[in-house]
Amino acid sequence: MFYDVRISIGMMFTLIGTILTAFGLGSRSHPAFYAKSLGINVNLWWGLVLVVFGVAVLMLGRRGQMEMENSMKKRNKK
Amino acid sequence: MSNLASADWLILIIYCFFALSASLSLRPAMTGGRAFFEAGRVQPAWLCGLAMAFAGLGVQAPVILGMGARFGWASVPFAVLGGVPSLLFLGLVLMPVYYASKARTLPEFLGLRFGGGTRWLAAMLLLVSSAAGAALSLYTMARIFAALHLFDQPMRAAHIAPSWSFAALMVVPAALVLAYVLVGGLAGSIHNHAMQLCVVVAGFLPVVLLGVKQVGWSRVKAAAFSAGAASGNGFGAFALAAVLGLVFSVGFWCADFRVVQTAMTAKDAASARRAPLIAAALWLLLPLLLIVPALVALAMPTPHTAIAVHNENGVIYHEIAVVSPAEEAGRGLVPALSDPATGEPLHAPDGGSRLDSALAAPRALLHFLPVGLLGLGLAALLACAMGGAAASITAFGAVFARDLYRPKNEDDRRTVSAGRWAIVAGILIAFGLACAAFCWQWKLETAALAFTRLNAPLLATILLGAFWRRATGRAALVGLVAGMAVSALPSLPAGIFGALAFFRGPNDLAPGAWATATGFAVTLLVTAAVSLCTVPRAETELTELAHSPAKRRPAKSAWWKRLETLAVVIFLAAIAVSLIFV
Repeated sequence: MFYDVRISIGMMFTLIGTILTAFGLGSRSHPAFYAKSLGINVNLWWGLVLVVFGVAVLMLGRRGQMEMENSMKKRNKK
Repeated sequence: MSNLASADWLILIIYCFFALSASLSLRPAMTGGRAFFEAGRVQPAWLCGLAMAFAGLGVQAPVILGMGARFGWASVPFAVLGGVPSLLFLGLVLMPVYYASKARTLPEFLGLRFGGGTRWLAAMLLLVSSAAGAALSLYTMARIFAALHLFDQPMRAAHIAPSWSFAALMVVPAALVLAYVLVGGLAGSIHNHAMQLCVVVAGFLPVVLLGVKQVGWSRVKAAAFSAGAASGNGFGAFALAAVLGLVFSVGFWCADFRVVQTAMTAKDAASARRAPLIAAALWLLLPLLLIVPALVALAMPTPHTAIAVHNENGVIYHEIAVVSPAEEAGRGLVPALSDPATGEPLHAPDGGSRLDSALAAPRALLHFLPVGLLGLGLAALLACAMGGAAASITAFGAVFARDLYRPKNEDDRRTVSAGRWAIVAGILIAFGLACAAFCWQWKLETAALAFTRLNAPLLATILLGAFWRRATGRAALVGLVAGMAVSALPSLPAGIFGALAFFRGPNDLAPGAWATATGFAVTLLVTAAVSLCTVPRAETELTELAHSPAKRRPAKSAWWKRLETLAVVIFLAAIAVSLIFV
């Protein structure tokens, strides 16, 4: 049985995004940390973007997986 | 240089874990040769399209990474206007023929149409070029990671001598690729391509945004126009870059099994046709992710050894920032190539220094990403290398098992085990080639590019086979051999045509382009000439193998829903994108 890879991708980006966001929140009081990235706390912002992306892809993947399983069931009944 | 913090390691390890798990979850699906080599032919169009775009990016990454700093603005029309029309042509015209033939590999398609000799020749070409391609992917990544000095500390901790550090850097990606391809076959590779595409966007997009914000668009543009070998501006140079891009990449996108195999796994003919169009839409912006950071790196100020003196409460501090001579001789963040023996920067014939352009984008990555995101950026570089190696190695295994080994009665179990062993052997060969390239300074890039050029004669043979029923098997073999011989000798056609005054391209590209174009033309002409002297096959045998206008049903859907309309829109968008620096 093949599965929908969007589940893996969504889970990975949700996890990485959460870690980056947490890291960004934790390092908010160290501006020297972000001298490289022009003083922008990119870990926080990009982490949030990745979390949103990850959750959206995860949702799509779960829907795709359910559709795939339903169509497999139908084919087996026939 | 900076070291990796634990946050970076954590993200790298998470990525490696998911890369493996995306393939391990496919284990129950691996029930036979069809599942292992063709991913069951049940994949949806979007997945095939994503995988196709990334297979192209991964295989070409060693070239695209170095292109921005080498050719400046010209690299955008070169990559985009070379890739997008090729992909549109593949989707609209060639893919239906490939898919309808029910061939499982491209050499098999040639075998069905032209017979065993052509199949064998195409399979051998693919074996050699994919082994060289996988080696180049591993080699480039190891060279970049070694030059960034990010992994020096763990290397020292593990007591690995510096001369062995290249091999150590390549072991991890090679082993990961081997594991996920052995377990999941082509499906594992395709799933990973989709994931790698997302990781590359997530890792490089912040660099593009931060870099353009700091440097400013006008200075990026100025750097793009002053870069390296770009000859002249204006419409002529633009058209030349686009034509060179098309000459170099049409064979790669349309006739290289490493790319085409992803679309052949589609669940039906309509999806197989849509997949290259999706890939074309992605290819509009994907090369820019690697090219723009390289231009930003060129536009940054060049570091110099400097002593900063500052006075704190009466105590004078001298801070010396030491920069290596190679970096000082470079431009912006891009260091110059240095002599491996002496460490002195190398000079070009015109007195300027020769830039190590492959390092441009990775240097920008290192410069802009703070701890945390840097891990994701390195995962993106790793993903490029692994994707390229995996695309090459799955093609290697499938072609060996399906076209060369061929057990009696097509025994499925033996075919799969032959493919698995071929995959192991392919990775070992690639690893060995890459190590040899480090030891003896082999020009791996030149070799891999030369093999990729041989796709042009192959494309000519495929086109004749698909669209001209009169073409015969013997003619195809003779034509293919002739075309390959011509394009393998770049000096020959370049000597003939290079004298023509109207052709003034970037010097190192011109001979290759002429060899490619001449190889294509020679194959077409020789095959056509010999075909007319030999006996053609019966019409009835060719119904499934050749394109027939009669079979084409009139389009039922409205014009704005048709793929041709979408293709025109994508093509116009490609022209718009390639004009961003003009």
